[in-house]
Amino acid sequence: MYVAVKGGEKAIENAHELLARERRGDPALPEISAAQIAEQLRLSVDRVMAEGSLYDPELAALAVKQACGDLVEAAFLLRAYRTTLPRLAVSLPVSTGDMEIRRRISAAYKDLPGGQILGPTFDYTHRLLDFDLLGASEAPLGPGRQEERAPLADRDESAVGAKIQSLAELLDHEGLVEAEVDPGDEPADLTRNPPSYPVGRDARLQALARGDEGFVLSLGYSTQRGYGNSHPFAGEIRLGLVEVEIAPEELGFPVCIGEVFLTECQMLSKHPGDGERPAGFTRGYGLAFGTCERKAMSMALVDRALRSDEFGEAVKGPAQDQEFVLSHCDNVEASGFVQHLKLPHHVDFQSELEIVRRLRKAASGPWDGKEEKGEVEPC
Amino acid sequence: MLMEETGGRCASRTETAPPPVDRAGTATSGYNFAYLDEQTKKMIRRAILKAVAIPGYQVPFAGREMPMPYGWGTGGIQVTASILGEHDVLKVIDQGADDTVNAVSIRKFFVKTTGVAVTNKAAQADIIQTRHRIPETPLNEDQILVYQVPIPDPLRWMEPLETETRKMHAHEEYGVMHVKLYEDIARHGRIATSFDYPVLVEGRYVTSPSPIPKFDNPKMSDCPALQLFGAGREKRIYAIPPYTNVKSLDFEDYPFEIQRWDDCCGLCGATDSFLDEIILNDQGDRMFVCSDSDHCRSRRENRGKPAAGSPDKEESA
Repeated sequence: MYVAVKGGEKAIENAHELLARERRGDPALPEISAAQIAEQLRLSVDRVMAEGSLYDPELAALAVKQACGDLVEAAFLLRAYRTTLPRLAVSLPVSTGDMEIRRRISAAYKDLPGGQILGPTFDYTHRLLDFDLLGASEAPLGPGRQEERAPLADRDESAVGAKIQSLAELLDHEGLVEAEVDPGDEPADLTRNPPSYPVGRDARLQALARGDEGFVLSLGYSTQRGYGNSHPFAGEIRLGLVEVEIAPEELGFPVCIGEVFLTECQMLSKHPGDGERPAGFTRGYGLAFGTCERKAMSMALVDRALRSDEFGEAVKGPAQDQEFVLSHCDNVEASGFVQHLKLPHHVDFQSELEIVRRLRKAASGPWDGKEEKGEVEPC
Repeated sequence: MLMEETGGRCASRTETAPPPVDRAGTATSGYNFAYLDEQTKKMIRRAILKAVAIPGYQVPFAGREMPMPYGWGTGGIQVTASILGEHDVLKVIDQGADDTVNAVSIRKFFVKTTGVAVTNKAAQADIIQTRHRIPETPLNEDQILVYQVPIPDPLRWMEPLETETRKMHAHEEYGVMHVKLYEDIARHGRIATSFDYPVLVEGRYVTSPSPIPKFDNPKMSDCPALQLFGAGREKRIYAIPPYTNVKSLDFEDYPFEIQRWDDCCGLCGATDSFLDEIILNDQGDRMFVCSDSDHCRSRRENRGKPAAGSPDKEESA
């Protein structure tokens, strides 16, 4: 037991060696490549990019491979890499209004300008195991899917630029949806300035975007079950590529440095109106890297719940409590601290043993008596 | 074993101008000295300076993700990485010992990312990073003790909200802390907190000593070494400057007391050190040994030598 705790260097090296072998699995099977993961386990890669807070499908795929498919561990790997990267430039705000749309739906209207575009989704699949996928023989894809898989360079450029307004923008013309204005401030960055509660919506959105999908999902869910004041409509969900631009001072005009795939969700909640504002719809906002609909929707619900102070709502649930949500949503933090209980704690445990024995002795409760003076070997 | 491994590197370093650490071809190529970039180190050193200026006050800092998990000592590691120089000698302990797995892992990290010399001997170290213990060997003015801290705010157990505890610290509203200790006495007849025992630093801030056993609390007061505390996940740094008064909270009629053992160390015979209990067999027989492995080993090494001062009581007995 003593040896197990004080294992030392050799034990660690052996553990790493064993882990490498476990990761590889049966050597009779071909090794999976990061490129295969990026292509065929795309949603894993997307989640890792979202929670790892770094848009890099190749490195995220590498992280998934290195973490044996443990996505929280993979996000951690990506974060630990991200944190060392220099900041060369800050991009201009991306415009999801100019998104090259892959999927776009609204639950609030049957049809709307720009149309409902179902795109690739699990939504209307029957969750029946497709045993054909077990084998290695691949069924040829139908023409529709082949078209969708066309590489970036082959896309029809004429389709680009057809801006599809968001539902919120459409309703904005009537003033029914709360206006969203850019205050022009430098947005908060929790990775450079630790949160000092209460924090603004910018910091909250950043924390939620990086937050654990499962945690944010459950919190969002709780707002639908009475722990929060929420009557949301999925006003619009859109997925697709947006351009990332920077405007270097020496150039004086913006240049596009690449594209990122984003999932955006605008939730609309009815507000009955008060002294300050007429009845209308308030917004909850969700945005995540890659295809992360569950995450973006949950984030939008929690974002709205966290705005209770703006709308004078009573705080009744954990999803409305920003300190609770922000302190616990990061899975790199949470996973680390929960799992640190595996580290040796024998000094603290010894301290507790000592006090427990003393308390029991004082209370002369059940006690094996072995520790009584005289029975132990004298030093 | 440790010194042997790094001995070559120590020997190759010159006193005047140390060669830059050769990281080519290693897993750390592409990373800065001690992993963190210089901007980050500067930011952390600023936080440390503020912490030293306001003893016991928790200074927020923009903690970074580290390549170890939160809870594994990322705060202490960031502090150490920010203050570590190429000539420094580093010691890393966990539970008092150099050979516990996490101490080994953290030491390897610094060896890999900095190439600094490391030691097991507390007396030889410039910087000692620790988890859960203060070395038994008294520290000196040239040393810095870096603590790894899980929950920096001692009020957190009474009040989970940061917005509230911040105000309580600002107004010195520490009544709840004394109420908690009083409730222990009322319920159990004594204060039942055995580690992470709250202290009052220089008469102002109630501070967490990190989860060291209360046995170690007296070592914090009037300590010649600078004591730095890093909490990575909670993004706080605080400090106890050299020769600062650190008082463990107590009552006049229930004074602070430390752990006592009826046994002595089964290896070196020490009666004045913190002892770990080791279960020897299925019958539950046990022995006690020093938690501080350096202290224990040096006592055993010195046992054979002619006594420099007065001989140890146990040995003369």
